[in-house]
Amino acid sequence: MEFSGRKWKTLRLAGDQRNASYPHCLQFYLQPPCENISLIEFENLAIDRVKLLKSVENLGVSYMKGTEQYQSKLESELRKLKFSYRENLEDEYEPRRRDHISHFILRLAYCQSEELRRWFIQQEMDLLRFRFSILPKDKIQDFLKDSQLQFEAISDEEKTLRDQEIIASSPSLSGLKLGFESIYKIPFADALDLFRGRKVYLEDGFAYVPLKDIVAIILNEFRAKLSKALALTARSLPAVQSDERLQPLLNHLSHSYTGQDYSTQGNVGKISLDQIDSLSTKSFPPCMRQLHKALRENHHLRHGGRMQYGLFLKGIGLTLEQALQFWKQEFIKGKMDPDKFDKGYSYNIRHSFGKEGKRTDYTPFSCLKIILSNPPSQGDYHGCPFRHSDPELLKQKLQSYKISPGGISQILDLVKGTHYQVACQKYFEMIHNVDDCGFSLNHPNQFFCESQRILNGGKDIKKEPIQPETPQPKPSVQKTKDASSALASLNSSLEMDMEGLEDYFSEDS
Amino acid sequence: METFDPTELPELLKLYYRRLFPYSQYYRWLNYGGVIKNYFQHREFSFTLKDDIYIRYQSFNNQSDLEKEMQKMNPYKIDIGAVYSHRPNQHNTVKLGAFQAQEKELVFDIDMTDYDDVRRCCSSADICPKCWTLMTMAIRIIDRALKEDFGFKHRLWVYSGRRGVHCWVCDESVRKLSSAVRSGIVEYLSLVKGGQDVKKKVHLSEKIHPFIRKSINIIKKYFEEYALVNQDILENKESWDKILALVPETIHDELQQSFQKSHNSLQRWEHLKKVASKCQNNIKNDKYGPWLEWEIMLQYCFPRLDINVSKGINHLLKSPFSVHPKTESHSVTQAGVQWHDLGSLQPLPSRFKQFSASPSQVDGITGRISVPIDLQKVDQFDPFTVPTISFICRELDAISTNEEEKEENEAESDVKHRTRDYKKTSLAPYVKVFEHFLENLDKSQKGELLKKSDLQKDF
Repeated sequence: MEFSGRKWKTLRLAGDQRNASYPHCLQFYLQPPCENISLIEFENLAIDRVKLLKSVENLGVSYMKGTEQYQSKLESELRKLKFSYRENLEDEYEPRRRDHISHFILRLAYCQSEELRRWFIQQEMDLLRFRFSILPKDKIQDFLKDSQLQFEAISDEEKTLRDQEIIASSPSLSGLKLGFESIYKIPFADALDLFRGRKVYLEDGFAYVPLKDIVAIILNEFRAKLSKALALTARSLPAVQSDERLQPLLNHLSHSYTGQDYSTQGNVGKISLDQIDSLSTKSFPPCMRQLHKALRENHHLRHGGRMQYGLFLKGIGLTLEQALQFWKQEFIKGKMDPDKFDKGYSYNIRHSFGKEGKRTDYTPFSCLKIILSNPPSQGDYHGCPFRHSDPELLKQKLQSYKISPGGISQILDLVKGTHYQVACQKYFEMIHNVDDCGFSLNHPNQFFCESQRILNGGKDIKKEPIQPETPQPKPSVQKTKDASSALASLNSSLEMDMEGLEDYFSEDS
Repeated sequence: METFDPTELPELLKLYYRRLFPYSQYYRWLNYGGVIKNYFQHREFSFTLKDDIYIRYQSFNNQSDLEKEMQKMNPYKIDIGAVYSHRPNQHNTVKLGAFQAQEKELVFDIDMTDYDDVRRCCSSADICPKCWTLMTMAIRIIDRALKEDFGFKHRLWVYSGRRGVHCWVCDESVRKLSSAVRSGIVEYLSLVKGGQDVKKKVHLSEKIHPFIRKSINIIKKYFEEYALVNQDILENKESWDKILALVPETIHDELQQSFQKSHNSLQRWEHLKKVASKCQNNIKNDKYGPWLEWEIMLQYCFPRLDINVSKGINHLLKSPFSVHPKTESHSVTQAGVQWHDLGSLQPLPSRFKQFSASPSQVDGITGRISVPIDLQKVDQFDPFTVPTISFICRELDAISTNEEEKEENEAESDVKHRTRDYKKTSLAPYVKVFEHFLENLDKSQKGELLKKSDLQKDF
């Protein structure tokens, strides 16, 4: 390992001693790490783990947990991000260390609200379940012992005394004999999910649990402990947040979008205004399609809608001049006085292009941001239709978009399971007539780019002859930037502080 | 035959709380050997007073405080709640959110009205010897599970005073159980699911859990007499149609025919068993599993618990030795019927004749005492011979007059008087059952105290 250029102390452990601190490839994160690390590593680890947990979530939705595909894809994610997952590999210390530290960093970010906690606990549980499922049998007992769980396997004599009862009680056991199955004797209250459904044999206050079911119990233990830990963490969070080095990262990690930010587009000036109507039905995601429609129909959009849609348009390549023209044309149709537009709204548009005030070039909103913040109210058209629309209305909308009934019901199921972005991916697949959209949707502009790619046969958006020819770098859609620029984009989305803009418009008309 | 005015109740209660209520045993119970400091002082009681005035968050410093307050307030009904973090009667002085229920016994409430869809003799608040067997079976099934499956040692079963039974599980570890675990226990013990709109309420899967198997074995002991004779569930077309609704339509015709030809429920049940077992082997049906006979038996006999009573730590439940204040009507047709011998009706001994219930006197009788049930004699328990408050007050009067004549010259302290008073009434055997329960509790608590004093190095 190279340590040059980083100011940190390391614990100098010799090979064997190092492994002693992480004897297993998985753990319950009972002890927080106590090392010094650099800020850069701190940020990197955090971002990598967020990526990992997001993959866990996506894969869990796209594939049945426990199937071949799920396992192999998750393994490759873990390998790619260099986190631990399997025993018997060379030099396991570093991946396990990364796993350990990154988990605790994320606790700081994800303890802040009920929704965040729930998400974090769910993904961490799925990850642990996966790691446990690939643990070889002989390692299981060791792992349980080291994790201070009082699960003891019973002797063979004890097994034979009760084998019929145990077999009759446990759905996970088939056949007439217990054979070499390990049975664990634990206090009944520790096996709540098993005994409440009569899925385990109870005798004198103890549950006799086969190995397969022990996993469920372990996961419950883990969930309970993690939940408590997050509550405790939340209480000590103010002290942590007052450290200014950490504050920006922690504040935005949970809302972080760790991919491309679509701010520096290579296709500026490639769209003409008269293309927008047809593009809105062919290549816009439903959130933007509905905003465009509302704008055309009402000749007006409220603040939230203007921000979400306006930045999106910037992201697909509208120039400032085009944007000003676009919005003014539409608002004037709504009987707005052109002067009023210039006074009130044009400032806003220029501001969002970075031509006023702080001169920050605002980045278009990611899916996460749209889903999690600023929910729409009556008269608003922004937000994510999959998240914010009533299912009945969503169904009607999809029908009006000519989606097939089968597709609609699949989408509604995904929405019910709160998988909004996957639902949008499904919409993408339906309107482009493909089986697999081939990407993991995170950003409305990503939707647009991918759509254009398919429709134009893999080429960039056709240039309008009117627009000046400028050498443009190719848009790097799939490459994820390295950590420092991801951080930079995080920082700039940091500045996405609406307060400054709010001051300038007191109310939406 | 003496009758009693409901307006007599306050006087009767006064006498009851002064001379008959078993305070020292009661305190012994709820103090739990003094192992935990302030356990009794932090216990919530609630009282229902005259004119239906209900007051919560009553708590007491010790046994004599309890006695004084109860005699002063003369409650019509007493409920026991949880042990809180602070004295309940001071809960208003505690910072918001700090006053929390911390521990309580695990309790069960089994109520006869929950069986109205399967008992033909009575409905709602009525009970009779024919349907009381449901309670007997419930006690046996639930108690076996609490003892053998969950390992609970200190279980007190109490007659509720009207139409059901309660169970108080008092083990130390049990009092600390969370609401989630309590709910889980009730779920484990539940088999009959569905309300009025559900016809078939019991569905068994291929694999039969030992709990179900053992419960069925208990029901088998009572089924013939209870269901086929007393309830006569296959008596006529109306009644057997209800049972046919629980089995696949494919065997309805065959069963209807054999039912017509049979003469009584016993014969019809034999037919049903034969046909059902044949059908099991032939049909792979999703709605009906392989255990039709058992599913019917369970639907008609298995206990029905109210989860809301058991899951909440702060739930208030009627106290043992509380009086049931409502007048009751019941359909006993004969005064003094010997319980387990319905074939021959035997009158009670003459001494009690003048106090026993008879239909014409029913409306005048005030309530029964919630008495503990002797588990060793659960089959013989007869709710109709449980003494009413009026009954034991009369007994006390009669006995006291005799005693006064005898012991006029002896000075007796009031307390000694009282400790023997209940013993002379029909309440005595029930207090004995309670004391037996307390002895077991004491034994386990002695162990705790020893451990504690060892730790503190007290000798």
